[in-house]
Amino acid sequence: MNQAPLIEISGLRVSFFGDRGRVTHAIDEVDLSVAPGVALGIVGESGCGKSVTALALMRLLPANAEVRGSVLFNGRDLLSLPDEQMRDLRGDRLTMVFQEPMTSLNPSLTIGDQIAEVLIRHRGLSPQTARTKTIELLQRVKVPAAEKRFDEYPHNLSGGMRQRALIAIALACDPQLLIADEPTTALDVTVQAQILDLMRELRSQSGAAIIFISHDLGVISEICDEVAVMYAGEIVERAPAGALFEQPEHPYTVGLLGSIPRLDQQTDDLAAIEGMVPDMSALPGGCRFAPRCPFADERCHKERPPIVQLDAGHWSRCFYAPLKMNVS
Amino acid sequence: MIPLLEVENLTRHFVVRRTLFGRPTATVKAVDGVSFSIDPGDTFALVGESGCGKSTLGRLVLRLIEPQQGRIIFEGRDTTHLAEAEMRVFRGNAQLIFQDPYASLNPRMTVEQILREPLFLHDVVPKSRQGHRVAELLRLVGLSPSVGQRYPHEFSGGQRQRIAIARALAVEPKLIVCDEPVSALDVSIRSQVLNLMRDLQRRFGLTYIFISHDLAVVKHIANKVAVMNLGQIVELAPADELFASPRHPYTRALLSAIPVPNPKARGERIILHGELPSPLTPPAGCRFHTRCPFAVERCRIEQPLLKSDAIGHATACHRVDELAPAEPIHGSHYSPSLERLMAAFRRDVEVRPDAGVAMIKPS
Repeated sequence: MNQAPLIEISGLRVSFFGDRGRVTHAIDEVDLSVAPGVALGIVGESGCGKSVTALALMRLLPANAEVRGSVLFNGRDLLSLPDEQMRDLRGDRLTMVFQEPMTSLNPSLTIGDQIAEVLIRHRGLSPQTARTKTIELLQRVKVPAAEKRFDEYPHNLSGGMRQRALIAIALACDPQLLIADEPTTALDVTVQAQILDLMRELRSQSGAAIIFISHDLGVISEICDEVAVMYAGEIVERAPAGALFEQPEHPYTVGLLGSIPRLDQQTDDLAAIEGMVPDMSALPGGCRFAPRCPFADERCHKERPPIVQLDAGHWSRCFYAPLKMNVS
Repeated sequence: MIPLLEVENLTRHFVVRRTLFGRPTATVKAVDGVSFSIDPGDTFALVGESGCGKSTLGRLVLRLIEPQQGRIIFEGRDTTHLAEAEMRVFRGNAQLIFQDPYASLNPRMTVEQILREPLFLHDVVPKSRQGHRVAELLRLVGLSPSVGQRYPHEFSGGQRQRIAIARALAVEPKLIVCDEPVSALDVSIRSQVLNLMRDLQRRFGLTYIFISHDLAVVKHIANKVAVMNLGQIVELAPADELFASPRHPYTRALLSAIPVPNPKARGERIILHGELPSPLTPPAGCRFHTRCPFAVERCRIEQPLLKSDAIGHATACHRVDELAPAEPIHGSHYSPSLERLMAAFRRDVEVRPDAGVAMIKPS
């Protein structure tokens, strides 16, 4: 990955100001970069900050959020861009697919109008040309009978078809970066396999970079070249996909992998990460994963580990990485 | 062994549209002639995509929905004709855990009130001992008795599901229908709840009907599996047998669609083409033929029957004998050192009395 990055996130911090002066630090010092055409997966449990990271770089966070750091996209800092320019980028160069296909489409507009809207807004197409282009897009995301679907409303479509329509909206202007936030979580496994297949195909055609957010390492391994694992608002491991699945170097990643029920063998007890994610307004001192880590010792509870590079592109935030040395 | 539950030819159709004069014009055959039996202590899994009728079947068994045809025999008695008093006893014997722990607990009741309600309704323990019993139930599911005064919103999804399990256990049931109990939970929390359910089953000899769309989870917990498609069972077999040699093309596709955490296995899956047919207008013949890669003329015309072989592996497919055995499932292939690291997370967790306490947000 020697290519200049398309997007470079450095020192990203997001804090939310709640009632009665309560401050929640949702993410802390996140550094990430994605090269053109690369698919980066962000994985972690609910509340680890993966969606907040995505919303921060799309500048879609609510007003009570304070965002610090920088997000360079094609050399321009998205965080300091005037609103008008950000609106031009959003939906055009930078697009996003959300988890809930039911709630992210407008129920009172037809599928076609919602896709055409993007083309009219960003490309200045006439309604007629936009319609033709929209039907092409629906065909590209393999919606059968695309012409008929153009005039249908979201409630007429199944979950999988709605997700395809959302992908069509995201791809309408040939974006440079597509952020997909749990795009298959609400779908059946068979439909999930179809959507992942479609995303792989579209990716090789369009050359867009992808940030793929999921809590499921299985789904991440289907599509991503690189993976960042987040826990309690920080990145705990970052590696090329091959290395991460072969030799994870953070105990949290090991626990996540172990929690996936195995199809190829019978295990009596599933690996489980005991306890739950810490409350972000009262984080433990020391390593944030220490309270749930079976390997943690005194040092882990006191000192905060830095993220260190173990191998080319393989980073881990654990005192005891490489972990191999700890098992005999 | 006498089965705990036997279901024979169970059928339930829903009318979704009527003419002005009340004549039905569209019906969903949600459950269409389903039969199976479950032995005590077993976990029987119902698997299939959304809309296949698995949840309706679960509710029919509990008689939360009335069947139109068929018999449900629980401990040798047909529950479809029980008198009210007998029905009450049955309700105590058969309980339900729902998918969404955010919607299944009353937000205006404390945990203690939630757990006392079934004790009171079924008169399980005398009033003076109810407090004790609530504490005991909370400890059973790995929560501290001190959380009794809290409200559901103060708990995470996994903890709420533990409360729902405690509520189901309160009346000492024999059968629990679990409708997608872990689908709304994170991967790491999911295994905590699955391990807990398995512990409780061993301890109390519970029988589960486990409804899920996720075959990987089912493999872990079930010993008998029924795969459903559009209201009918298409394959029914002991779990080991089903996962070792899935026969029905639909089961194979479901198994193959599960993402495996191994980038080398990427894309080598059976992708079903076309959409799940609407249950309003299920295809004629075999209901899977529109998406089946092996369908022939006969499949379009004639409905296959569920036929069992000598080892009790039943399949409803015309071509089951002609099809090549299924490809072996892609494994995860972890290195020995990684396996050892993962084993550290598999330590045997006896329910700790303090579990869950430190993690609850201060209110």
